Amino acid sequence: MNETLYELNDVRKMYHGRSVLHIDHLTIQRGEILALVGPSGAGKSTLLRLLNFLETPSNGRIHFLDTPFSANQPMPLALRRKVTTVFQRPYLLNRSVAANIQYGLHLRGQRNGQAQVDAALQQVGLQTIARQRARTLSGGEAQRVALARAIVLHPDVLLLDEPTANLDPYNISLIEQIIRQLNEQAGTTIVLVTHNVFQAKRLAHRVALLLDGRIVEIAATHTFFHNPADPRTKAFVAGDMVY
Amino acid sequence: MDQLWQGLRQAIELIFTHDPALWEVVQLSLRVTGVALIISTLIGIPVGALMGLGRFVGRSLIMVFLYTGMGFPPVVIGLFVYLLLSRSGPLGSLGSTFIPALFTPGAMVIAQTIIAFPLVAGFTMAAVMGVDPNIRQQVRALGATRWQATLAVLAEARIGVLVSVIAGFGGIISEVGAVMLVGGNIEHKTRVLTTAIVLETRKGNFDLAIALGVILLGLSFLANLLMLQLQGRTTDE
Ligand SMILES: Nc1ncnc2c1ncn2[C@@H]1O[C@H](COP(=O)(O)OP(=O)(O)OP(=O)(O)O)[C@@H](O)[C@H]1O
Ligand SMILES: [Mg+2]
Repeated sequence: MNETLYELNDVRKMYHGRSVLHIDHLTIQRGEILALVGPSGAGKSTLLRLLNFLETPSNGRIHFLDTPFSANQPMPLALRRKVTTVFQRPYLLNRSVAANIQYGLHLRGQRNGQAQVDAALQQVGLQTIARQRARTLSGGEAQRVALARAIVLHPDVLLLDEPTANLDPYNISLIEQIIRQLNEQAGTTIVLVTHNVFQAKRLAHRVALLLDGRIVEIAATHTFFHNPADPRTKAFVAGDMVY
Repeated sequence: MDQLWQGLRQAIELIFTHDPALWEVVQLSLRVTGVALIISTLIGIPVGALMGLGRFVGRSLIMVFLYTGMGFPPVVIGLFVYLLLSRSGPLGSLGSTFIPALFTPGAMVIAQTIIAFPLVAGFTMAAVMGVDPNIRQQVRALGATRWQATLAVLAEARIGVLVSVIAGFGGIISEVGAVMLVGGNIEHKTRVLTTAIVLETRKGNFDLAIALGVILLGLSFLANLLMLQLQGRTTDE
């Protein structure tokens, strides 16, 4: 279990000369669920984009499976394809649900993924709407299709950006159950951004608090909630932090 | 009113008796417009896609030209092509076999291509720019290469791209001024639907003029129907 997937050293991201993320050091182990919490604008989504190699760090280096990634070292396609993201507002292609889920397989040159598509739809409880146009789905259905589209690829790493924001309790518990299953049964490493500290508590092995682009505290979930080292973590967990 | 009804009845007769003079005109119209549309589509879609996707030097200048071209009076383009191809013009004076002479179908194809190109490129560009920019990040996260991401954007814009081709077709099949100028409306040679309607109306042959008009309307209708059919297919796949 103790295989380091990611190692970040002195990674910074600047936009227009403004530093929005500065991570001195962070490792992510294979098979863990790491929750990222923090107020709006803390840099959580930015960190996910870097972890999915969608943007390059302005400074420093990310190692993924011992392969370096930086401004002038692009991540090879085969490694890049081991990681995928479900965005907070997923973009569904204007096609059928099945075509959306098949899309990532098509990109990888797999033509006959029908069985895999069915399995993924089954997993998110949407087997009845495979033929439906994706643009006609409800918010909860769209979120589950986005999740199915990611898990059909059997990624080593699944990055989830607030996968349950704006959903009803039924959909929230359904998605949490899928996350747990993926992690336990397929060994998928998951980085979960959430505004909901209770969700972090329920799902994660470790939790990191991000404030103004910096990791203030990262600890095992139990420690994070019951014995945090930083007073700001205590305030955040208690809900005292205004954000 | 009487004249109109009588004309309509005779027109229908002409259409269903496969009047050779009528079909010659229809065939030439379709050939000229078809070739012009294929050329302007082959150039217009890539140009429009490039304009919609990228940021490069001179892009806004080309955009101004495209928008101007979309609203340009076709008859002025006819005049321009006329001057280019006339025997003393810059192209006509070359006497090359690759450059069509005035008053030939080739000259009409050139004029119609120039009229349709900005329509196809402009509408394609607008369609591509209208696609949510978040799609690139989304498909790259799913493992797309840069090229696959570009194809995904074009695929999302497909309905707008089809509309651009319809707009191009509509713009040239019904155009009179330019084909009249560079084609000359010569019988058996360069007479097309629109120029024939003008001539037959002037001669008082209302039945033939109406028959030609009905066919022109029908062609536009069929083209739009076909496009809608295609749109349905691409969205239901
Ligand atoms: N493409 C960009 N250009 C300029 N600034 C950006 C860009 N993306 C993010 N930022 C800025 O970086 C900071 C961090 O943004 P980020 O989206 O990572 O925050 P977040 O923690 O995900 O917030 P939220 O919880 O609201 O989603 C913000 O101040 C944001 O305005
Ligand atoms: Mg965010």
